[in-house]
Amino acid sequence: MSARLRWRKFVSAFMLSMTGVCAAVAVSALFLILSYLVYHGGTSVSWTFFTRLPAPVGEAGGGMSNAIVGSAKLLLLATLIGVPIGFFGAIYLAEFSGSTTAFVVRYAADLLNGVPSIVIGIFAYTLAVLPFKHFSTLAGGFALGVMMIPITLRSTEEFLRSVPNPLREGAMALGASKWKTIATVIVPSAYRGILTAVLLAFARVAGETAPLLFTALGNRFWSPGWNQPTASLPVAIYNYAISPYEDWHRQAWAGGLVLLGLILVINIVARGILARGISVSRT
Amino acid sequence: MATTTTTVSGAGPVVGSRSFLSRLREGDEIARLITFLFAASVVLLTFLLVFELWRGSVLPRHTFGFSFFRTSIWDPVFDQFGALPFIYGTLVTSAVALLVAVPLGLGAAIFLAELAPLRLSDTLEFFIDLLAAVPSVIYGLLGIFIVVPLMRQVVQPLLKQYLGFLPLFKGPAFGLGFLTAGVVLAIMIIPYIISVSREILLSVPRDQREAALALGSTRWESTWKIVVPFARGGILGSIFLALARALGETMAVTMVIGNTPVISASLLSPGDSIASVIASQFKEATGELYTQSLIELGLVLFLLTLILNGLARLMIVITSQRGSGMGHV
Repeated sequence: MSARLRWRKFVSAFMLSMTGVCAAVAVSALFLILSYLVYHGGTSVSWTFFTRLPAPVGEAGGGMSNAIVGSAKLLLLATLIGVPIGFFGAIYLAEFSGSTTAFVVRYAADLLNGVPSIVIGIFAYTLAVLPFKHFSTLAGGFALGVMMIPITLRSTEEFLRSVPNPLREGAMALGASKWKTIATVIVPSAYRGILTAVLLAFARVAGETAPLLFTALGNRFWSPGWNQPTASLPVAIYNYAISPYEDWHRQAWAGGLVLLGLILVINIVARGILARGISVSRT
Repeated sequence: MATTTTTVSGAGPVVGSRSFLSRLREGDEIARLITFLFAASVVLLTFLLVFELWRGSVLPRHTFGFSFFRTSIWDPVFDQFGALPFIYGTLVTSAVALLVAVPLGLGAAIFLAELAPLRLSDTLEFFIDLLAAVPSVIYGLLGIFIVVPLMRQVVQPLLKQYLGFLPLFKGPAFGLGFLTAGVVLAIMIIPYIISVSREILLSVPRDQREAALALGSTRWESTWKIVVPFARGGILGSIFLALARALGETMAVTMVIGNTPVISASLLSPGDSIASVIASQFKEATGELYTQSLIELGLVLFLLTLILNGLARLMIVITSQRGSGMGHV
């Protein structure tokens, strides 16, 4: 073997193992993040964390119950806005529209999807905070809902399109009208995909902080109804993390652990639903 | 019932050629209208977003004009607003992030697409997807409590000791600053680079590799000189996509950048970025001009990401079409 060939083989082996190292570093980041959160936050996640209001500075204990409930309310609103628009919009794109309209809608959705979350926050502020002159749960839910629309729309459309055409033709050959075909044949056969899409969109906005900073604002106490500022888990983590108090840092870690746990579980479940056999073959 | 159906080419839907009235009676036209309204609302929302950003930033556009982008004084007390420090901060942190993330992400993508057996590759990709799902505020949390102390006590003193003669690494080591923000951003965008690049690399036709290997190249040479150049456009697209993410990334950057509107050649200096100044000051902004200046910054950010996302998508589409167009069996 000539020296040159040996050198080339050495370079090949070296560079290829370096790519392995890169992959190992990237994947280990996930486990590092998880273990840090468990290490720092694990001891603070307790019953009181889920059931108590935040304690005043200097007082140990206290929880994040208001932030957890606040997040749930915000996410409920977001789902009510994001899922219907995304779902029915996707049905229009996949089943009804001509190519020009579809292009425009798809383009708008992709554009919306690329908008930084902080800009969505400004948008919600000008639309849902300024006219009413106060921060509210509604404004925060609106911001998150806007973020959910494009994610739901695009992936739902993908899954609807992957339903084979013979199914449509079969239903219509039996005399079903188009909307009946959609409602009884197409959507049911793509439901796993659609469910996955919705869950992933939900998980994505569940951790969003920036759009809530000046829409839902934050609250140290319970927020009754929908018209007042409300605490939320991500914003509470942010506020606690940048505060100078040791107790609050512990709460931030615990909140982070709960939030990340929730998001990872939803992600894994969503991917599991899809992997357990989607009823239509995807090409 | 006479229904003659024709199939639109490709995967398109089946279109009935029944009369409008019969379709109306069966509810098709109503369903069409309702779903159309939902689809149209997406377009409407997007227009509204652009309109609100434009309308919301009228005042600073008229007051400062283009000097908004050229002046570096940000003084809410005297109503002087210049965007330069924030644009600078955004660009510098994103550049640092790309410098760290591109080699790492590309390397990992090559491993996943070229070397790893499919099962291992899929498993690792699953973890990468989960990493992409970690919210920004969690990165910020780890940034504040883990990365910043590490930077202050270990990395930055070392950099100063060995590379301190460069203007890049002058000044005291605060921990907070451009460098730290860039590193945290890098960790956040690596998953995007890996996922998209892997897809693109996997779409490179097999015969390209086989031809290179048959001519006697080593595994690495076939990868680096044949496969990667073939996928170049798509990889560049993935980098643009990641860059767009990095530019708009808010929480993690806000928590570790130091929130000081200064332009400094040193990466160790604290700074501020467009997204982070909006996040940290919008709520407290008093006065029309102050708020509207922040909204104009949002508009700038929006336009930047818009352009980058458009370019990225174009490159990815072109490259993957080229891959499948050349006889992918």
